[in-house]
Amino acid sequence: MNDITAAASVIAAALAVGLAAIGPGIGQGNAASKAAEGIARQPEAEGKIRGTLLLSLAFMESLTIYGLLVSIVLLFANPFRG
Amino acid sequence: MEFALTTLGNQPLIAAVEVGKHLTWQLGPLSVHGQTMITTWVVMLLLIGLTFIGTRKLQRVPSGLQNFLEYAYDLLASIARNQIGEKQYRAWVPLIGTIFLFVLFANWLGQLPLRLFHIPEGELASPTNDINTTVALSLIALVSYIYAGLRKSGLGYFKHYFESPILAAVWVLEFFTRPLSLSIRLFGNILAEELVVAVLILLVPILVPVPLMILFLLTGAIQALVFSTLTASYVGEAVEDHDDHH
Repeated sequence: MNDITAAASVIAAALAVGLAAIGPGIGQGNAASKAAEGIARQPEAEGKIRGTLLLSLAFMESLTIYGLLVSIVLLFANPFRG
Repeated sequence: MEFALTTLGNQPLIAAVEVGKHLTWQLGPLSVHGQTMITTWVVMLLLIGLTFIGTRKLQRVPSGLQNFLEYAYDLLASIARNQIGEKQYRAWVPLIGTIFLFVLFANWLGQLPLRLFHIPEGELASPTNDINTTVALSLIALVSYIYAGLRKSGLGYFKHYFESPILAAVWVLEFFTRPLSLSIRLFGNILAEELVVAVLILLVPILVPVPLMILFLLTGAIQALVFSTLTASYVGEAVEDHDDHH
């Protein structure tokens, strides 16, 4: 792999995981705050809210994981190695 | 690619992070990933052994392992019941339960210090760390919910593909993105977990990775729950009555 490709891959990997973390981060914050509100308003529904929250957090998490996967491919299994 | 850390003064290697290195076995015309095969069989042995031991001498009032297994069955049945509905969830409990238990045990197996066992190439890890396993699981889910739909409404299951051309494109896209996102989600999460643990072990080998490994026990269980819940909800969508749908 030549130097330019290596440098571009590393920067791209960093950008991929960094940018992919923004949206899900905001989304997870929103979801968690709404869940806390829900529990405060209706403490007896805590179990159900917690289950739903964990499940939806996992969905949002997977968006970040897609970005992470791209960066892992760029770092460890680079298709442009040549 | 391989990152290695050597201590000061050129001591021998203490830890390394490696991704995508596999012990390849040649079975006839197939080449398989050896470490994935080994850990998959370990998971299967654990599950079969546990249920075999737990279901000897069944009692009307359960105790010990049988009690625990009945609790686990209730949990799995409730996943299927919540998504598929009271009427027809019973037939799908084996599929949903098997997926849940397999993924759960596979994820947890990866948190054991498996790298202490040396194999010629690569290292032992979760079977779900290999994308072949997760793609196979998601294809099982795909085939079973298509089967459920075909059994429920015959070729009418594909009716919604022909309603309007724009929606048809969306449906075709969904057909492919469902197994894709199922498999990539599980694979990416588990690979990321093991990479984080490997990097931490590379930096500080003792004690520091332990809290994260405990956290990853939780996320491994959640990934198993997500995979089985999604499979159940796809099946549930396929078997539900189509009158009030779309």
